[in-house]
Amino acid sequence: MNGIIDLTVWQVALAYLFVLIVLFIVRIRNINREKEIILSSVRMTLQLILVGYILVYIFRYPNPLVTVGIILLMEAFAVYTIFKKFKAKLTRPFKNVITLSMAAGTLACLLYFLLAVVRVEPWYAPQYFIPIAGMIIGNSMTGISLGVKSLLEGMTTQKALVEEALNLGATPRAASRNIIDSTFDAAIMPTINSMIGMGIVFLPGMMTGQILAGAAPTTAIAYQIAIMLGILGAVALTVIIMLQLGYRTFFNKEDQLNDL
Amino acid sequence: MFEFIDVKFKDIIDLPALCIEKGKITTLVGTSGSGKTTILKLMNKMLSPTQGVILFNRTNLGLINSVTHRRQVTMLSQNPAMFEGNIRDNLQVGLKFQEKDIPGDNVLKGILEQVKLNKPLDSPVNNLSGGEKQRLALGRILLFNPEAYLLDEPSAALDDQTEEAIIEMVTGHVKDNNKTLVMVTHSKAIAAKYADTIIEIAGGRCSGRRGHDERDH
Ligand SMILES: Nc1ncnc2c1ncn2[C@@H]1O[C@H](COP(=O)(O)OP(=O)(O)OP(=O)(O)O)[C@@H](O)[C@H]1O
Ligand SMILES: [Mg+2]
Repeated sequence: MNGIIDLTVWQVALAYLFVLIVLFIVRIRNINREKEIILSSVRMTLQLILVGYILVYIFRYPNPLVTVGIILLMEAFAVYTIFKKFKAKLTRPFKNVITLSMAAGTLACLLYFLLAVVRVEPWYAPQYFIPIAGMIIGNSMTGISLGVKSLLEGMTTQKALVEEALNLGATPRAASRNIIDSTFDAAIMPTINSMIGMGIVFLPGMMTGQILAGAAPTTAIAYQIAIMLGILGAVALTVIIMLQLGYRTFFNKEDQLNDL
Repeated sequence: MFEFIDVKFKDIIDLPALCIEKGKITTLVGTSGSGKTTILKLMNKMLSPTQGVILFNRTNLGLINSVTHRRQVTMLSQNPAMFEGNIRDNLQVGLKFQEKDIPGDNVLKGILEQVKLNKPLDSPVNNLSGGEKQRLALGRILLFNPEAYLLDEPSAALDDQTEEAIIEMVTGHVKDNNKTLVMVTHSKAIAAKYADTIIEIAGGRCSGRRGHDERDH
């Protein structure tokens, strides 16, 4: 068997039965979430339809400018999402660090992955570039978010210890050492845990998609292994850049702690 | 050693001229909130003046690297924080921060004796009492070999007898090694007995200065 069973509009509509079931349960349990469920289902549907048509167009007319433009848009959206999550807690310099680490870390990994590991031709081939960029940027965004959260928390809850360390003649780096280490841990653990469960607890989305699309499971697995390692590298690299530059934004030129 | 020239810090400190002499014992006295801690922090660069300059050995403190300076001018904070671990860890931590050699247990035990802390090096610090923590914090800075000590109420949590012993030890150590000591104290008796100079602080200003050279040794 080759190829994939095409779903008609009516078949997809049948899947909406799940939404009706959830709505029914929610109604009888008196949980006030009907509006959110309907809204999110509809939003998901519309967004995916829109993305589908855009992708059809982009795949039909591959263009390096369009590919690069989409990557930049993804980066911008990821950075904006992080900023929005932490709102006023981020200082201007720290925001710059986050932007720089997201851009440098994900782009370096993405280019290495596509050009050295997969070796796509032409280099901007959108059907490789866009989904892989999505996975790398998305996972790095999650990693950075966890890292930023842990760094902010550490610098607030352990402020007295950082101050005491400075007082005892520590450099800002030495004074933040424990916080930096535990932040790296917090940011990278989810990626490591997902690798441990991979193939046993769950079949990752990309692999499932490729198998459904008719690829041999071995090919799908080869891709999945490569992308997992790429994601691990990207998360680690972005978080490390963020930490190496980010901790310093909590100190001023006189090596004193900034008021938060 | 220190010279304040037209120094202001926010609206807390206003010191047109203040001089701390090298090799002497100076005490700062004054009511709570008068700015004593802030003055010490200005001297070890944990804070920087918002206006004016502080000279350290005739060099503008603003031009000296903060970390280097804090290793020369060691401050004992009013509420010293303890790091995770036992007494040994907390004695060594400052030397580790300063990338200095770590002395053996017998030296560390000697320090504990000096600060009258009769506890094994392995005991965890979170069980220590307030006064014990204060003495441990004093012990850990005695391991450094700085030019000057800034002590912020080193004996606040101690009973009279221990206080006397600790201050006696610290001032002795400072004099034997020709160091400079600036100490904030709430105790008039201690200021009178040990200080070469007593500086009174009120509302962030210097409201009095007394020499006290006839102290007995
Ligand atoms: N970084 C700061 N920014 C603004 N205000 C501060 C700062 N640090 C201290 N203050 C305020 O400055 C005043 C002086 O504080 P400081 O700690 O120097 O007093 P103190 O003389 O040491 O008092 P105490 O004897 O109670 O320790 C206080 O009113 C305090 O609330
Ligand atoms: Mg004080």
